[in-house]
Amino acid sequence: MTYLDHAASSPLLPEVAEAMAAVQFAVGNPSSLHSSGRRRRALLEDARESIAADLGASPIEVVFTSGGTEGDNLAVLGGQAARVARDSAREAVVVSATEHPAVLAVSKKLPEVRVASVDDSGALNLDELDRLLDERVAVASVMWVNNETGVIQPIDEVVARGQAVGAWVHTDAVQAVGHLPVAFGASGLDLLSFTAHKLGGPVGIGALLVRREVAPIALGFGGSQERELRPGTSNATLAVGLAAAVRGAVGRLEAETVRLSGLRARLVDGVVGLVSGASVNGGVTSPNIVNVYVPGVRAGDVMMLLDAAGVECSTGSACHAGVPQPSDVLLAMGRTPQEASGALRFSFGAQSTEADVDRLLAALPDAVSRAQAAF
Amino acid sequence: MRVLAAMSGGVDSAVAAARLVDAGHEVTGVHLALDKTPAAMRCGSRGCCSREDADDARRVADRLGLPFYVWDLSDRFEADVIDDFVAEYAAGRTPNPCLRCNEKIKFAAVLDRGVALGYDAVATGHYARRVEIDGEPALLRAKDPGKDQSYVLGVLTSDQLKRSLFPLGDSLKSEVRAEAAARGFSVAAKPDSHDICFIPDGDTAGFLAKRLGTRPGDIVDESGEVVGAHEGAHAFTVGQRRGLHLGRPAADGRPRHVLSISVADNVVVVGPRERLAVSALTGGTPTWAGRPRPDAWRGLAQVRAHGEPVAATFAATDGRLRVTLDAPIHGIAPGQTVVGYDADRVIVSATIHAAG
Repeated sequence: MTYLDHAASSPLLPEVAEAMAAVQFAVGNPSSLHSSGRRRRALLEDARESIAADLGASPIEVVFTSGGTEGDNLAVLGGQAARVARDSAREAVVVSATEHPAVLAVSKKLPEVRVASVDDSGALNLDELDRLLDERVAVASVMWVNNETGVIQPIDEVVARGQAVGAWVHTDAVQAVGHLPVAFGASGLDLLSFTAHKLGGPVGIGALLVRREVAPIALGFGGSQERELRPGTSNATLAVGLAAAVRGAVGRLEAETVRLSGLRARLVDGVVGLVSGASVNGGVTSPNIVNVYVPGVRAGDVMMLLDAAGVECSTGSACHAGVPQPSDVLLAMGRTPQEASGALRFSFGAQSTEADVDRLLAALPDAVSRAQAAF
Repeated sequence: MRVLAAMSGGVDSAVAAARLVDAGHEVTGVHLALDKTPAAMRCGSRGCCSREDADDARRVADRLGLPFYVWDLSDRFEADVIDDFVAEYAAGRTPNPCLRCNEKIKFAAVLDRGVALGYDAVATGHYARRVEIDGEPALLRAKDPGKDQSYVLGVLTSDQLKRSLFPLGDSLKSEVRAEAAARGFSVAAKPDSHDICFIPDGDTAGFLAKRLGTRPGDIVDESGEVVGAHEGAHAFTVGQRRGLHLGRPAADGRPRHVLSISVADNVVVVGPRERLAVSALTGGTPTWAGRPRPDAWRGLAQVRAHGEPVAATFAATDGRLRVTLDAPIHGIAPGQTVVGYDADRVIVSATIHAAG
């Protein structure tokens, strides 16, 4: 089986599994005051410190969550609520047009959301961002690396502009952590969310990095864990897994960037050479994600035929009840609904090899020609 | 064979898929999303396109180890089935949307897409037998007379039948349910779906009123005397007795039925049941399930899904199908489909243009 869908979920890495296995039977609630509780608490805090060190944050700035979606929700909803509680005029939220629904759909529940467009390469329109930012903006949220296209946004530019108007700046860094250098403290970001399972960690844990001076309002209640931002018994075992995954990904970052860039180039060259009219969606991208437009197909048909040939990828769009929809991200990049329905996303991780790419390229022409016939 | 098994989430298509696997076919499960705004939950025994139904189909595919996908055919379904349904009623005719769905969606859009993608056939959980007679594909009535669905498949052409599989044709429904339970399918006791899937509350008149609006008019008897009022002639079906709300009883006190509908004049004509008797009808271009029969032949005519077949003489001339019935059938509406059988074998179908 050839797995080219790491951006959906990357396989658990052996070192992560081992780290969790070593602590999974340890008894105790980290909030308990006895010996077992203290040992469990120490594991949790060791994990927090490890993550903080790897991502350039203070341990107090690491708030464990269930994953990317919860972190995004907490940053946008909790951030906006905190700002507006202090200053009723500061209730607007600015987001980019290509945000994950965990940011975009949530922000649309708020009284005022301003959406900054992107150009046809997927890059944020900074002039428009300037126009949308003012003293009434509570939170500005721009994804660091897009999950569908891999497009990298200029986060430092967003931070500078957000800071100028006093907005809290959040980034959904689910696809950035482990693939791009992240130094939270130096970045000037107020909030950064990420998750473990895109990095070879376990599903069910992530973290929101929350700058010391920033205090979103919690979305859940009933406990004082995680700076009172995320009540509920802390899961030390998963935290150990998250820390191990981050440690591994950050440690391999330089070498993996070179290696995955090579895989990406091999895949792009192959696809463009094999499929007439194919092109890459997205300009400046992360090395681990490639989004390809295939003319004259339903992406779902190609995906299904590749699946039958043992190659797994994604249609690069959101699913509604199992049905691929035209990608909102690609529509925001100016693609037609038909173009946005013919996109495939391939994404790499630690286990990806040249042989994976070659197996894809071997299976692709037949899948594409059949899907074109069925279109 | 490489087979696409259409899986609605019901018990029949689940067992059909399982039997194909047992027979050694390479099976892929496909759930057809036909509703543009699917409900989360199944409501009662109606419908087949809720998220819950898709999940049920997926769970059966999981048990069978089948690749499973959801295909969105809601645009095609809207255009070819729902819009057609509404347009037919608007024109004063009575369509059968299940038949249209088989003709245009399951054994056309899905089959064509499947064939292009490399599949050999589409299989469904319909109760009908697909056999070979003299080297030709033939469609026969199901073993279970209570479940026989050959009528709604009567619109399939020979080419469509060639690439269709109906693994339940030789089984009784009770056997299929028992087999589903024995196989451990969660849907073994799921109620059968009834009625029109895109009208889950069963209120066809209400559905049509929403699409076509209301247009008040008269209900008259055969002498032209006004005996009631209606909200739109398009909401009625020839033969209908219920829901007429006639203000005055008939002179003879007997129930009255809709005899005819004139959409142009917005008039509904009612009268006694015997006036609904039809002993001949004319259909449009015949669709042959096998080789066409140019000469007149004796067979059985069926005009609705659960109607009694009636002995008849069939003659195809000038692109029309003439059917002369040995005994009259009551209440045949234009837009219905007549299916002609030779004993148990489907020979031909045609949309009824005129009765009498």
